[in-house]
Amino acid sequence: MKFRNYLETMTGIGIYPLISLLIFFIFFVGCLIYVFKADNNKMEEMKNIPLDE
Amino acid sequence: MELEKFSYDNRISRAFAFATIFWAVVGMLVGVIAAFQLAFPALNLDIAETTFGRIRPLHTNAVIFAFVGNGIFTAVYYSFPRVLKTRMYSDKLGWVHFWGWQFIIVLAAVTLLMGFTVSKEYAELEWPLDILITIVWVIFGINMFGTVLIRRERHLYVGVWFFLASWVTVAMLHIVNSLAIPVSFTKSYSAFAGVQDALVQWWYGHNAVAFFLTTPYLGLMYYFVPKAANRPIYSYRLSIVHFWSLIFLYIWAGPHHLLYTALPEWAQSLGTVFSIMLILPSWGGMLNGLFTLRGAWDKVRTEPVLKFFVVALTCYGMATLEGPLLSLKNVSSYSHYTDWIVAHVHVGALGWNGFLTFGMMYWLIPKIYRTELYSKKLASTHFWIGTLGMILYAIPMYWSGFKQSLMWKSFTPEGQLTYTFMDSVQSVIPFYILRAIGGTIYLAGVILMIYNLYKTTKIGSFEAEVEMQAPPLEKTYKAPAKAHWHSWIERRPTQLLVASFIVVAIGGAVEIIPTMLVKSNIPTIASVKPYTPLELQGRDIYIREGCYTCHSQMIRPFRDEVARYGEYSKAGEFVYDRPHQWGSKRTGPDLAREGGKNPNSWHFNHMLDPRSTSPGSIMPAYPWLFENDLNNKTLPDKIRVMQKFGVPYEKDYGKAKAQEDLDKQAQTITDDLKANKINISSKKEIIAVIAYLQRLGKDIKAEK
Repeated sequence: MKFRNYLETMTGIGIYPLISLLIFFIFFVGCLIYVFKADNNKMEEMKNIPLDE
Repeated sequence: MELEKFSYDNRISRAFAFATIFWAVVGMLVGVIAAFQLAFPALNLDIAETTFGRIRPLHTNAVIFAFVGNGIFTAVYYSFPRVLKTRMYSDKLGWVHFWGWQFIIVLAAVTLLMGFTVSKEYAELEWPLDILITIVWVIFGINMFGTVLIRRERHLYVGVWFFLASWVTVAMLHIVNSLAIPVSFTKSYSAFAGVQDALVQWWYGHNAVAFFLTTPYLGLMYYFVPKAANRPIYSYRLSIVHFWSLIFLYIWAGPHHLLYTALPEWAQSLGTVFSIMLILPSWGGMLNGLFTLRGAWDKVRTEPVLKFFVVALTCYGMATLEGPLLSLKNVSSYSHYTDWIVAHVHVGALGWNGFLTFGMMYWLIPKIYRTELYSKKLASTHFWIGTLGMILYAIPMYWSGFKQSLMWKSFTPEGQLTYTFMDSVQSVIPFYILRAIGGTIYLAGVILMIYNLYKTTKIGSFEAEVEMQAPPLEKTYKAPAKAHWHSWIERRPTQLLVASFIVVAIGGAVEIIPTMLVKSNIPTIASVKPYTPLELQGRDIYIREGCYTCHSQMIRPFRDEVARYGEYSKAGEFVYDRPHQWGSKRTGPDLAREGGKNPNSWHFNHMLDPRSTSPGSIMPAYPWLFENDLNNKTLPDKIRVMQKFGVPYEKDYGKAKAQEDLDKQAQTITDDLKANKINISSKKEIIAVIAYLQRLGKDIKAEK
């Protein structure tokens, strides 16, 4: 009995992981850029939200 | 600006906190019972409701959804008002949520013990309960989201993101995984079959770990660790990066539960890659928590709350390093199906979830009772007892896991398997006993905590309402000119919710949609035929008794597995399996090719008294299968539902022909038993079970 990987028959299947990787990568880089550019004072302020009740 | 007066309600957080503790005891007690049953099968008591196959799902569901679930709600109802500077959106919704959830838990416990199960791990509940869960979950969501909308604090604290993202993801996972067509009020068939069902199930199963046991508990950590240490979280920047990468990566990791199975190779690889990447955000969270204590380590020596938090975070770090390593195919080939995985999940459950919850309780109860903890010394004792219990649990399980794997894979120089499966079972029983003792010790610690907290409530006085004042949010907020897109999203809960949903939906869609679309392309192996009515009935009993908790039906393409169990499993073999029964643990041997290996009489005796045919077996006996008549009332409906799914039974098969065929096949088996001097009515359930077991894996055997 020979088993064929049926996903191979899908046209353009290879693009799926590629697209998702790109979406993730761009989002992640954007996130990093924001984090490094973010204002220190604001970060301090947000950090302290749970502490000032 | 004028200050607005409002108050926080402590009653609801207290109710959830007490429920958390109550269900902790129940869930862990059931776990201890199950652990002892594995060492001493007599403890199954020969009663259906107390047998391991029904007890185990009760344990997992109770710990995950009752204990940890209520823990999550405690944290939400306590922290949300405080970081958002408002009362919860609706007291009424809160109480509907509280009682609704407890009601579901009770119904779940009752129905699981009665054998109403869909056999999808951590989602065993039947469809009416699935609908109830959805309703209560939506009520919880409205209350949580409503609170965010009426807040007086512009920015959403990072803990809030974790809870919101968890909520939306769990909703998606629960709905997709529970899709099914009902046969009756207590029985349904999964909308997915075979490979697709396995993929959806583990996409759900893994993310139940991710978005129920992990991300909401990170939300909890981000509030209670800073509060207990009285210092802000180490790095807010790190929390942002780690939040987005964690929710993005987690959703992809499910297929690592299916390495070397009949799941398509690309999906397996995707699961591995994303699991490895998960180390970074997971450790980001752990380090953020631990570093919050920098400069306060001296407090850890004296504060039991911090002791619990430090060990919880350390266990989180260990479990999230181990998880990705287990996702490597070479490691998985050894660890999968063994007790190693049991050890792994308990480091997470006992260490991360358990200890974080205990720390929260020791901090929260004195706080809302306006007093100090009754005894720090007792709490420290609980800490050490709990740690000891965890060690006594984990080490034997790791050891037995390695042992099982090495014994299963061992060959003699002549090329024969060195050990029988029973040899491996026998050699791990001492470890099962140790593990059960470890679990008992851990539970004893919880009892100590209950006493300590009870005393605390007696010396304190409960503060039901906490008066507060804060300025309202300005309606027309103008962001500073330099503001970045992320600070935009931090102010906008709806967009945050939508963005998190998109992020997690992408992972699910990319993995699942392709396997759905190609449904018609699955090379239906010509010899694979639908189950006969009797086999279908037998299969439903197999599901009811939770056989999948100990037996896999998935032979991986390894030399030892093929030598031990037969030809490795192919995707095309499972097209009629709703749901799949691949299993995740081999406490007993694989059954994928059980059909025809043993005579009917062997199965008869084995199910009645497993030790009569297999000396040393730890399998429970199933005497009720020999007393109960097979219930064929729903058979026509079962056939009809299967036909709806496209199973090629002939037209109107369910009406009369199915019952005829069932009787005929049952008679054949009964006759065969009679020839072997066993007399039993052909109407008994055991006949259907034998029919099913004898069918397993035969379709492909026949082709050779």
